[in-house]
Amino acid sequence: MKRLGNPVALGVLVVAVIAAPFLFSNYRTYQLAFVGLYLVALLGLDILTGFTGQISLGHGAFMGIGAYTTTILVVDHGVRDLWTIPLGGLIAGVIGLAFGIPATRFAGPYLALATFAIPLAFIGLLKRFPHFTGGNVGKNLPQLKAEFGWHTSPSIWFYVVCWTVALVMLPLAFFIVRGRFGRAMRSVRDSEIAATANGISTAGVKTLAFGISAFYCGVAGSLYGIGITYVNPDTFPIDLSILLLVGIVLGGAGSLYGMLFGALFVEFIRISWGPALLNLFSKVHHIDTHAPGSGLVVYGVVLLLVLYAAPSGAAGLARFSFGSKTRIIRPRHPPGPPAKGENA
Amino acid sequence: MQTFFQTLTTGLADGSIYGSLALALVLIYKATEVINFAQGEMAMFTTYIAWALMGHGSSFEWWAFFATLGIAFVGGAALQQTVIRPLERASVLTAVMATIALLVILNGLAAWIWSPQLQFFPSPFPTSSWVIGGVHISKQDVGTFGVVMACVLVLWLFFRFTKLGLAMRAGALNPSAARLMGVRASWLLALGWGFAAALGAVSGMMVAPTVFLTPNMMQAVLIYAFAAAILGGLESPVGAIAGGLSLGVLLNMLGQYVHPVTSELQLPVALAILLVVLLIKPAGLFGRVVVKRV
Repeated sequence: MKRLGNPVALGVLVVAVIAAPFLFSNYRTYQLAFVGLYLVALLGLDILTGFTGQISLGHGAFMGIGAYTTTILVVDHGVRDLWTIPLGGLIAGVIGLAFGIPATRFAGPYLALATFAIPLAFIGLLKRFPHFTGGNVGKNLPQLKAEFGWHTSPSIWFYVVCWTVALVMLPLAFFIVRGRFGRAMRSVRDSEIAATANGISTAGVKTLAFGISAFYCGVAGSLYGIGITYVNPDTFPIDLSILLLVGIVLGGAGSLYGMLFGALFVEFIRISWGPALLNLFSKVHHIDTHAPGSGLVVYGVVLLLVLYAAPSGAAGLARFSFGSKTRIIRPRHPPGPPAKGENA
Repeated sequence: MQTFFQTLTTGLADGSIYGSLALALVLIYKATEVINFAQGEMAMFTTYIAWALMGHGSSFEWWAFFATLGIAFVGGAALQQTVIRPLERASVLTAVMATIALLVILNGLAAWIWSPQLQFFPSPFPTSSWVIGGVHISKQDVGTFGVVMACVLVLWLFFRFTKLGLAMRAGALNPSAARLMGVRASWLLALGWGFAAALGAVSGMMVAPTVFLTPNMMQAVLIYAFAAAILGGLESPVGAIAGGLSLGVLLNMLGQYVHPVTSELQLPVALAILLVVLLIKPAGLFGRVVVKRV
């Protein structure tokens, strides 16, 4: 049981999730549903970036694959939307595996470079095959409606769906990173040479981690499609992929609970945190808070400041404030991405 | 045959733009092992500066072109010293994220200062073309190719024949040994960023007349530059240029002769080429397989 995560922490999270719709307005609940689906996406990306040390700048496209799978199945084939969620994940996962086989063969920065092309290539493909994808216009899904004879608002229904999925995917992520495969992933992250010397197929581990992360993002994308009830090529821009990676870093790469903060950031930075910060600035120094691009600047600056002040993200800060003060002394210059957030 | 040569020249012109941005990436990667994801946005931002200097794009001025190169050089060096240098000892993920933060900030700033609307950027070359044996060769293509190659040549001469260039190569090859020999490695990294930014500015100003000036104009170009750099092997400056030129020619040829490859499919095709190359030669066409000692 221990492999599924700390039961107390999980219990607290479950209680908070159940309590939230009673505490917040309908609209907030709808937003919090998105936090749940971003949590799923970030958990997947964290398995790849935080635990395996591979940087991907293209996972927004795997969300897109999930959303398009759902949309095409629901609109063109009349499948019930809930059943398309695992299918969206599986199709994204298989495509991720297929992409990962060549892309993860070489160590170093090649993967990040290659993945950067995925979102734009994905958009190109969507536009090239309009009969299948709806082209530039995209496709509309049916409106959100509570099912199983349950009478509640669409927002609360969507919230329940998203967080049910998230609360299944979270223990699953713990199960993955705590097992034998999880140790293999961390060894690849910390030293590929040492991992190879111990008989681990580094390319295999990286490819599988890529597939798993694509699966998680596909599931999140299916939920996203169901939630916003339409998809088109602009729904999954390159910015989304970047935002997901930013969420990982701010949450604390290599920590699964840190992804909760990452998901809150991904959902709220654009619609409320960014504008609020900008307002704060405008009181000191007169600036136009509605100018195009101003939100991006604030978000970029916040990211830079976090990189300087707290490179291990929210999880690192929490560990620093509340965790045990004894530390394991590690080599000063670890190869590969962060070695700090290991004990998720 | 005429179409073939026309496609070839357009491909070479496109490819020289990809190649110059790829070379900028390789310059920084060789010196610091950091991929600068903000390279494209730096190029875009400096192109906006050029556009502002040219009276909001009313006519192309060569003095503005060279002034922009200077501004780009200083700006690139300043970014290295202020943003990147404090993170020298940080993990790869942190360094990559810092360049991504730069990407986001520059993209936002450009939209903020100059509005996200499409702007016209003047070309230094006439739109007419030379006719040689029935082949129409656009002056713009030849000019673009010439300007980019001239810049690359100047850069090569600098690295090959000046003492500073030698010091920079030494710093990239073995930073600690270079430091012991009295090379001020950190300032040389700033210089490297300056050169990369100037080279990026060239590619931005050359591509802007055809794609129009917007804050997102370099996104696709940057991806082609990545592909070119990977084709060439990330460590090899010659490879970056060769990778860029071959990618430019290949994409134009595919668009011309293979019917299903429309402009929307160019990027997916570039990605597919990249993956195939990685499968066959994981270190790129010009790269060497690095053997690590433990």
